[in-house]
Amino acid sequence: MDIHALQQIVHRTRDARRKQTIPKFSPADRDQLIHKYHPDFRASAYRSIRFGPNEGEKTVVELATLLEGDSPIHDDLDLTPQYQTDVLVIGGGGAGCAAALHAQGAGAKTILATKLRLGDSNSVMAQGGMQVSVAPEDSPVTHFLDTLKGGHMENDHALLKVMVEEGPSIAKWLLELGVLFDRQADGNLHVKKGGGSSKPRLVTCSDYTGLEIMRVLKDEVLNQKIQLLEFAAAIELLSDDSGACTGAIFKDLDNQRHVVVAAKSVILATGGIGRLHIQGFPTSNHYGATGDGLCLSYRMGAKLAHIDTFQYHPSGAVYPEQLIGALVTEGIRSEGGQLVNAKGDRFVNELDTRDVVSSSIIRECEEGRGIRTMSGRVGVWLDTPILDAEHGAGTVEKHFPAMMLQFERFGIDISKDPVLIYPTLHYQNGGVKIDTNSETNVKNLFVAGEASGGLHGRNRLMGNSLLDLMVYGKRSGLTAAGRAGSMKQGKLTLKHLERFRAEAKQHGNVSGVISPMILPAYTRKVG
Amino acid sequence: MATDDTQNVIDQPEVMKPRMATIEIAGKKVEVPEGITVVKAMWYAGIDVVRGIGCLGGFCGACATYYRTKDDPKVRTCLACQTAVQDGMCFTMMPPFPARKATYEIQKLQDPKQDLFNFYPEAPLCRNCNACTEACPQRIDVREGVWKAVFGDFKSVSEMFMDCVMCGMCTPVCIADIAPNLVALYVSRAQGAHFAEKPIGLDTRIKEIQDGRFNDEWNNILKMSDKELAEHCATVR
Ligand SMILES: Cc1cc2nc3c(=O)[nH]c(=O)nc-3n(C[C@H](O)[C@H](O)[C@H](O)COP(=O)(O)OP(=O)(O)OC[C@H]3O[C@@H](n4cnc5c(N)ncnc54)[C@H](O)[C@@H]3O)c2cc1C
Ligand code: SF4
Ligand code: SF4
Ligand code: FES
Repeated sequence: MDIHALQQIVHRTRDARRKQTIPKFSPADRDQLIHKYHPDFRASAYRSIRFGPNEGEKTVVELATLLEGDSPIHDDLDLTPQYQTDVLVIGGGGAGCAAALHAQGAGAKTILATKLRLGDSNSVMAQGGMQVSVAPEDSPVTHFLDTLKGGHMENDHALLKVMVEEGPSIAKWLLELGVLFDRQADGNLHVKKGGGSSKPRLVTCSDYTGLEIMRVLKDEVLNQKIQLLEFAAAIELLSDDSGACTGAIFKDLDNQRHVVVAAKSVILATGGIGRLHIQGFPTSNHYGATGDGLCLSYRMGAKLAHIDTFQYHPSGAVYPEQLIGALVTEGIRSEGGQLVNAKGDRFVNELDTRDVVSSSIIRECEEGRGIRTMSGRVGVWLDTPILDAEHGAGTVEKHFPAMMLQFERFGIDISKDPVLIYPTLHYQNGGVKIDTNSETNVKNLFVAGEASGGLHGRNRLMGNSLLDLMVYGKRSGLTAAGRAGSMKQGKLTLKHLERFRAEAKQHGNVSGVISPMILPAYTRKVG
Repeated sequence: MATDDTQNVIDQPEVMKPRMATIEIAGKKVEVPEGITVVKAMWYAGIDVVRGIGCLGGFCGACATYYRTKDDPKVRTCLACQTAVQDGMCFTMMPPFPARKATYEIQKLQDPKQDLFNFYPEAPLCRNCNACTEACPQRIDVREGVWKAVFGDFKSVSEMFMDCVMCGMCTPVCIADIAPNLVALYVSRAQGAHFAEKPIGLDTRIKEIQDGRFNDEWNNILKMSDKELAEHCATVR
């Protein structure tokens, strides 16, 4: 069926829909909807982890298999270090850059190692903004309560309190580094309202918030001459006799050699797992988002939290085929973009939390009110032209230049035509459990950013991740640096691996995979 | 790395029986389904890519690529993750270009507009050839940006380069050896750190937090039972 013919219904019903308000779901209806349609509740996609710190807990099969996977390291590997540092930061996204800058700024010798180039990460793609309670009618407490509600009340209170309270000073730090947040006429930060938030709280840089922050942080990492190891994928951590973390082993992706780095403490900032394509979902994530940090920490004995819940962003592109899974920013819905099914009806309050909106889109599609593309994918319409209709011609172009360009490349003008969307695997709600210094239960092993867990509960609110990265990047960097002075470099051993392998053996070594994955297996085997 | 073919996302129904296009990747002819992205075409052709792919979303600039379409002599630039292949297309990824980046302490600059000439003395030598603008896959008027930077219009430059993904494709083409993106990055940061207005509301909020203005509210909610807290959350609008 021709998609252009099908989209006429969006244009035809626009005027009638503009006058409509759709109430949010009652708590009971919302729970029912989520239980029925959210991918987190598909029991068949889950299994128990057989051993390790989270033994007996459920997670998606894809992740469980990697967690139980074997290390690529042989126990006779020569552990003589090529590098020695106070603080080793693994991962070159937002959390990693923030951690490295603060650690080095506090006087610790710092190495930043990352799998791809510095900055190639999820962080550059953040479009929607960063939550900071700066508006006069807002407060850190309100930010806390909104987040708690969004996270189904399961957020770690201590982690969350720290994040909301340090938000404003983080925004100031970024401004001082030269990040160009959008302003109001009076010079104050312009704030937008995001899904699930009661007050406008998103600070933005046009729809390039992550790109702008990362351009600045990357530049600053280079200016501060922080030692970089690029195309270096961490494949194992190192531990001393007491089990404390003492460094890491990397694979140099250019020549496949092993590189051993001795460090007094290690900060893992390896991001999320979108590229595992759990439950077959497309993803908005970057090429290297394969959950490596979870596997590495787990083998060290670090406990994971909330790893049975993932965020499926409601609006991943379904058409054109080249953009499958790419994010259509929530900003569109914040500004009044409406979701419309094949019959031309709205079916959910667009500003409800992401899990609710995603579930309702899946419901529409499963109950036959979705729109099918030529290639057999299904989605619902996001009425983007309505923004120009509501706020004046040129609004879409002015407020969403990145998205306009992305679709224009494929001949689609989103200010005139609606876009087809379906939920896309977007964020790992849980991760390695940390305390308010970003430290795990393994001494001297810190985890910051999306790889960590607890703060967001069972569902992350839009814009809270960028803040999480900066706050816990900073805290991990400062704590690790603070310790470095009074500390000796621990012994480099693979004791934790011996322990892990013994456990795996007891459970029959059933996983059969080597982890971490490092990069997804997209290359077709030819011939 | 690429050890397991079971998760191959390319074998989706729409590309199982696609119309095929003959393209040339770094000089080698291959057949790939028409319309998939340049990045996916490389995977489809069995090429492992480590360098040259980052975000896959059009934001990181890792996938800077030169290409040419059938029978057209013009060599163009694109982001490989954002561009569809067509029959007869030839492309090759751009290696990292050894541009010189100045280092600076952004907050300590005394006269950022003048300092530009110390950090990037080549910037005023722009010869207006427009090659940089033509090379930019983000459609930034790069040449105009370089001029504005030199004339001290830092605000305009910072707005113009908000779309810059730092792909670096404007750099190798410059006959004056300018790296326009690095100039613009310095200018944007200087604009933010030195010339943008200070947001008063932000300082007020930071002070309120330091002064403990919210302490009573915190004490109140943090001693609530789970049930009370849930009820309290429900009242927030
Ligand atoms: C498209 C998109 C839009 C988003 N929009 C927003 C938004 O508007 N607001 C918001 O708050 N959040 C947003 N998010 C979420 C947020 O951007 C991410 O959660 C956040 O950027 C994660 O940051 P990070 O530093 O933890 O990880 P990343 O930024 O993903 O960085 C991880 C780094 O670790 C490296 N790495 C991974 N494995 C290894 C290894 N084994 N060895 C060495 N290095 C490794 C990676 O290469 C990468 O450099 C968005 C996410 C996406 C994908
Ligand atoms: S200005 Fe240069 S670096 Fe920036 S997007 Fe354009 S070509 Fe790429
Ligand atoms: S390519 Fe160099 S010389 Fe030519 S317009 Fe751009 S900056 Fe000026
Ligand atoms: S991979 Fe990041 S822009 Fe293409």
